[in-house]
Amino acid sequence: MPDKLVVFSYSTLVAMQHIVIIGNGVSGTTAARHIRKRSNHRITVVSSETTHFYSRTALMYIFMGHMQYENTKPYEDSFWKKNKIELVSDHVEKVDAPGSSLQLRSGSTIAYDILIIASGSTSNKFGWPGEDTKGVQGLYGYPDLQLMETNTKGIQHAVIVGGGLIGIEMAEMLYSRNISVTLLAREPEFWSNVLPLQDANLISRHIRSHNIDLRLETELTEIRADETGKVNAVVTNKGEIINCQFVGLTTGVSPNIAFLRDSGIETNRGILVNEYLQTNIPNVYALGDCVERTYDLPGRRNIEQVWYTGRMMGEVVAQTICGEKTKYEPGPWFNSAKFFDIEYQTYGNVGKDLAPDEEDFYWEDQSGLKAIHFVWNRNSNEFVGINAFGIRLRHACFDQWLREKKDIQFVVDHLDDANFNPEFFPRYETEVGTAIATKFGAV
Amino acid sequence: MKIIKATGLLLFVFGFIVFNISFFQASYTLTPELVKEKISEPAKTALFLQKAESILNQNIPSNFAFVAKVKAAFYSANDQQIKQYSITTAEVNLLVSLHREKFSIATVDSVFSSKDAISVFKNQALKTYGSWLDGQPFDTQEELKAQILGVAEKIQKYGIVNHVGFDRYQIKDLTYALTKSAAHSPVKRKPGLYLFLSFGLCILGALLYILPKLEDPSGIKNNGIFFNVMKNVGWLGMLTGTWLIVFYILLYFFPEYMTNWIIMTDPISHWLNGNEASRFFLYGLMYTLCILVMGIRMLIHYRHSRYQMLRTCSVMFFQTAFAFLLPEILIRLNKPYFDFKNIWPLDYSFFFDSRLDQLTESGALGIFMIGWGIALILLAVPIMVYFFGKRWYCSWVCGCGGLAETLGDPYRQLSDKSVKAWKVERWMIHGVLVFAVVMTTGVLYTYFTKSSWFLFFDSYQLREIYGAFIGAGFAGVVGTGFYPMMGNRVWCRFGCPLAAYLGIVQRFKSRFRITTNGGQCISCGNCSTYCEMGIDVRWYAQRGQNIVRSSCVGCGVCSAVCPRGVLNLEVKNETGRFGNPVLIGNNHVKLVD
Repeated sequence: MPDKLVVFSYSTLVAMQHIVIIGNGVSGTTAARHIRKRSNHRITVVSSETTHFYSRTALMYIFMGHMQYENTKPYEDSFWKKNKIELVSDHVEKVDAPGSSLQLRSGSTIAYDILIIASGSTSNKFGWPGEDTKGVQGLYGYPDLQLMETNTKGIQHAVIVGGGLIGIEMAEMLYSRNISVTLLAREPEFWSNVLPLQDANLISRHIRSHNIDLRLETELTEIRADETGKVNAVVTNKGEIINCQFVGLTTGVSPNIAFLRDSGIETNRGILVNEYLQTNIPNVYALGDCVERTYDLPGRRNIEQVWYTGRMMGEVVAQTICGEKTKYEPGPWFNSAKFFDIEYQTYGNVGKDLAPDEEDFYWEDQSGLKAIHFVWNRNSNEFVGINAFGIRLRHACFDQWLREKKDIQFVVDHLDDANFNPEFFPRYETEVGTAIATKFGAV
Repeated sequence: MKIIKATGLLLFVFGFIVFNISFFQASYTLTPELVKEKISEPAKTALFLQKAESILNQNIPSNFAFVAKVKAAFYSANDQQIKQYSITTAEVNLLVSLHREKFSIATVDSVFSSKDAISVFKNQALKTYGSWLDGQPFDTQEELKAQILGVAEKIQKYGIVNHVGFDRYQIKDLTYALTKSAAHSPVKRKPGLYLFLSFGLCILGALLYILPKLEDPSGIKNNGIFFNVMKNVGWLGMLTGTWLIVFYILLYFFPEYMTNWIIMTDPISHWLNGNEASRFFLYGLMYTLCILVMGIRMLIHYRHSRYQMLRTCSVMFFQTAFAFLLPEILIRLNKPYFDFKNIWPLDYSFFFDSRLDQLTESGALGIFMIGWGIALILLAVPIMVYFFGKRWYCSWVCGCGGLAETLGDPYRQLSDKSVKAWKVERWMIHGVLVFAVVMTTGVLYTYFTKSSWFLFFDSYQLREIYGAFIGAGFAGVVGTGFYPMMGNRVWCRFGCPLAAYLGIVQRFKSRFRITTNGGQCISCGNCSTYCEMGIDVRWYAQRGQNIVRSSCVGCGVCSAVCPRGVLNLEVKNETGRFGNPVLIGNNHVKLVD
């Protein structure tokens, strides 16, 4: 394969190859789009989830009635034909790596020159008693959403297990339909396995202000069903029995790789890839949620189940396949989410705990709806990361400051430049600057 | 809270029903005194009274029957006049026989020499309509006869109804005036009571329905919009749209049927400007109330966003003060009606001779108004758009925009986002702009030269077509009537010539743009869904490209509904406005455009 890539760099002379992509989520679709922009290769995308690419992150909004499924498709249906990207609605049962072909559920096979696996994740289940009861489900893809529509019809109370991003999304979805919710989280505050305690506490308070029954440091031990086999209660590790007609299991996701068993493609928790996102089989690449990196990147886990990393991997692999071999080297970490009405953005690395040489400062607005959390290196004063809640920050500024290793004083002084709130919104920079100066003097 | 909301809904529905019932609630009695008052010319009054004899002093129980009978009387009067005043074939033959080789208009005097009214009319009409024949040579008697018959036909068609009958404008105006004054109804006896029972209860009900929203936490609450029969083209939305369409058709083309509604607003009109209400007073009042009440809804809905709140206050203010109150006060002071924030070519009649004449005859204030109007077109539009984008007008000041952003807000998600719709939009809106410019050029040509024929059209005819199809049909019937079907900016997006002009400036010379935030977009589609102008905002956001679209009215809702803080309306240096897409994330990756 690397030989072929050498030929690729003289790309206009290269023969057309058939590139097959498993999965039409953001990773696979981004790869397909960028390969098309750069080459004339034949591109086929196989998916059994939906015919067209839709935004997985928008699933909640369909349930809440903010959008319809059609609205979540980032490209018009005519886009794919126009860009000569063939869409196959089928499920990949097996990958025959030595034979470079895919076995599909319909019985047909597809031969490929290059395979890109972007098969995403599946929801975690931890072997709880009753976890397969009717009315118990996770939320990852469109079929889950359809199932949730059925499962929540006419119900009064729901229990969600797992205090993470999908958990709070599910809570918000049910809240929008006036279904009361109990949310069980293992941690002392909501999502405090990721967020620092203060930040997590802010979100916990916000969740409760929406009448969500948030039970912290509480775990699921058992799911109970009624005589018809439908869920009617859960039991927690504190011995509480909570009656409910729906249980959402949102305790994380794992790479969707079961179909690769015996394919010869090496996997661990995810599909193992090198820095070119190449698997052990030279003409097979893997992207997005299903990937486990075999090399470390500072400040990043080896499995990153985030929209942005899926997109970035798609961009990288397209460049590699089209003749410009490129390592996956993402820039400074960033992420975002929305917890009910509070938007969250993060740039750089704000861990749940400070590293020994780190210092931090947390500022919260009187309303309890806005906060900023700075982290920097105590010795060098180098800015390490920021969490912002209810405040929009300019990505370009923080990306540049992190790359240029600016010190915390610089960041505080230039907070104005990074303000991305709409016009006329109250400014917070002076208050934050004063507060931090009061505590640290000139930091 | 639920009880308050339900009460509100109930009151609103009750008020709305009262309003609709009152449409049918009058009976009509036409008296000779009324006719004399409304038709000021004695000869025409007598003629009409003769034809309307069967309905005089009769009680006619429905507006439809009454209007039909009044119109029949006008038509019958016209028929009679045409019969009496038409030049007969015998008269034409006589006229022809008096000529050899050359026609002389003076011979008309010898044919129509008697002093009776009919003869005098025919004499003068022939001289007016046939003046061009004077001195014309002809080869055969048949040729001359054909030409004179042609003149006689024109007289029959235009001259008679204009001078001794009722032309179509007069019929329209008089039917309306007679219907309004002939009505006797509970509404007319107690307009204040009905005003309260319809307008009052609707307002009260709407507010009671809206205010409990304050209980919910502030933030974007678009829950259930696509399940709602009102907001997702369900039966209620279709019904609302139909009602609006019918209302607009009545308002613009058949106001004589809605006189009971107009009567209801007489007290307010008297109080404001001293005159009785016209159909446009009723419309202005309803329009302003819709903006105010639904503006309050908007303020509550977006109470977490100062941009949205200020913008909403602004449209509420400009509608109430500039579009509604100030013009009424001007009328009270015997000054010309003038809306200081309306700009040509949206205000397509600004250069019509009737308005220019009225303003030039109104002294210094009138001249100032003309200057102000022209300054808005030539200075305010380019300068303000350069500094702020076209939003300074479209979503902060404009009346159409004001209604769209308040009453229309619940329908913004219904705009078509397809590329095809965008193509149609560009052809249509710029087509209307060209139409408006050509029509106005013709109007001004006529104003200065007194000649109605300009290039290839009659400027009077063209302005009438524009008024009916664009001014009333597109802006009114389609523009608002289609809110519940095609979203709240149908007119602004596909039709408004001023929006087209503002948009051209915004696209090419402005500091305004919507910026996208690095690599934070998750392609969820909220921005595109809630863009009332049908811009596929996500297309730009997900590739990290500034949104610099001529149609963007800067309502800021894409930014508000974005769950990840990706979009921001910004005015800054022009450099980089059309820059390449930037998606932050990878090192070493060059994104090909």
